[in-house]
Parts: sequence; C-alpha cells; structure tokens
Amino acid sequence: MLIQGLFYIFSTILVLAALGVIISRNPVYSALALVMCFVTSAAIWLLLEAEFLAVVLVLVYVGAVMVLFLFVVMMLDINLAALREGFTRFAWLGWLTALAVIVEIAGVVWARGGLGIDASHGAPGSAADYSNTLALGSILYTHYAYPLELAAMLLLVAIVAAISLTMRRRTGLKQQDISAQVAVRSQDRMRLVKMASEKRP
Amino acid sequence: MITLAQLLTLSGILFSLAVAGIFLNRKNVILLLMCVELILLAANFNFIAFSRYLGDLHGQVFVFFILTVAAAESAIGLAIVVVLFRERRSVDVEDLNTLKG
Repeated sequence: MLIQGLFYIFSTILVLAALGVIISRNPVYSALALVMCFVTSAAIWLLLEAEFLAVVLVLVYVGAVMVLFLFVVMMLDINLAALREGFTRFAWLGWLTALAVIVEIAGVVWARGGLGIDASHGAPGSAADYSNTLALGSILYTHYAYPLELAAMLLLVAIVAAISLTMRRRTGLKQQDISAQVAVRSQDRMRLVKMASEKRP
Repeated sequence: MITLAQLLTLSGILFSLAVAGIFLNRKNVILLLMCVELILLAANFNFIAFSRYLGDLHGQVFVFFILTVAAAESAIGLAIVVVLFRERRSVDVEDLNTLKG
C-alpha cells in the first residue's frame, strides 16, 4: 500500500513536470522541469527495484546532459518572442494527437487480454540480499561485452564530433603556432647581406 | 503493489505529452530536443516495467544502451544547435531552409 501511494505521488509529479516542460514560456524553466522529470523517474525506477539504472539516470542525465542543455540555453541569446509566435496555431492538433495516443495505449493495456499477458498483477519483491548492480554487471560484461565496447566507441565518436563541430578558428588572431616555431631554421631568420663599406665623409 | 498496467499507462501519458510538446514548440530546436529526451524516457519506462514483470534482466541492459545513445545524441544535437545559432543568430526551425527540401 505504501509503495502504491508513493507510485501515485511520483507519477503525479512526473506528469505535472512533463506538462511544465512543454508549456512553459522560458526554455530555462523547461530544462529545470525536465530535471524534475528525470529525478522523479529515478524515484519510480527505485520503486521498481532497478536501482543501478535509477542512479545512472540521475548521474548521467541530471548531472551531465541537463547541465549541457542549461548551458546551451543560457549561452545562446535567443529571441523568445519570435519563437513563441504561432504557439497556439497547431496546439489543438498536438492535444488531439496526445489524446488519441493516450486512449489507444490505455485501450490496449486495460482491455482484457490486450497485451497477451496478465497486466493486472504486481511482481514479487526480490530477496533481501539481491544486488541489482551485481546482476546487471555480470550480464553486461559477459553476454553484452561486445555491445558495451561499441557503446564506448560511440561515446568517443560523439565527443570528437561535438568538439569538431563547435571548434572555430578565428583569422587574424595573434597566437603561437608551435609547429611553425619548431620547424624554423636559422637561415630563415637571418639574412647576410654583402655590401661595400661606407666612405668616411 | 504497482501493476504493469499502471506503469504502461504512465509511460503512455509521458509519451503523448512529449508528442504534444513537439507540436506546440515546433519552432524551437532546443525544446524539440528536450521532447525527444522525454520520448526516450517513456520508452525506458516500458523496458524497465517489462523487465521487472517478466523477470528478465536484458530489458535493463537495453535501457543502459538507450541512455548511452541518448547522451551522445543530445551532445551532438546541442553542438549542431550552437553552430546553427552562430550562422543564423536564431534557433528557429523555419530558418533551416538552405537545402530547399
């Protein structure tokens, strides 16, 4: 009963925060509402005994991705008024689509036998000495070792891509060119000029 | 006890709110990226719910990989937004018409 109540509280907060993401006037508030979404999702994942993923969600998303979002939103000087115009033009279409999706999913889920499995019961809790991180790690480093390497490679490629996209070289900036300094030869620096000596007046 | 049907309904509501957000904020690229993050979160909810109720840990491994790919996607997407803002001084989707697609 306690878990059920906590689930309803966190779900309400999650849905309200998601509403805040999509209808707030300021992108900074949207980003902060998205942080709220991730934190409450992590709480619900804890209730589902997915402890490792809950911690990873808070660390990776709230700690890294949302900080990146906030950094970009605050760095760019966006003209909000131009972006907000026409906000309500397709709003009815958006809400209609959302309503249709909710009705369809709820229809499939709550209809008797709609999923092919019995969805109306809860799962039994794990044993007290069960470690989610241990179980996940032992499957991740054996069965999924090769996909794990690929994911690491993907992150490396993403780092290189993001840096090479945003790095810019300004022309006319005074800065050291180390390779040119190392490659210089003495005959490039000094020029010996032969000339006749000047007459004493 | 949380049932599977409650979790699937919650993730459906989250997904449809994100889709409505894409309709509402269709001009702002940054908010579109945020709505994509919400959609991925709803998908992760489904994976974790089924992983719990079928007693199969492979769903949680999939969530792990989705988190990795989503982090890479948002990093590159935000880099593209920064470059776009330098070129056009705006993040409006309607300004992206160079290719005349």
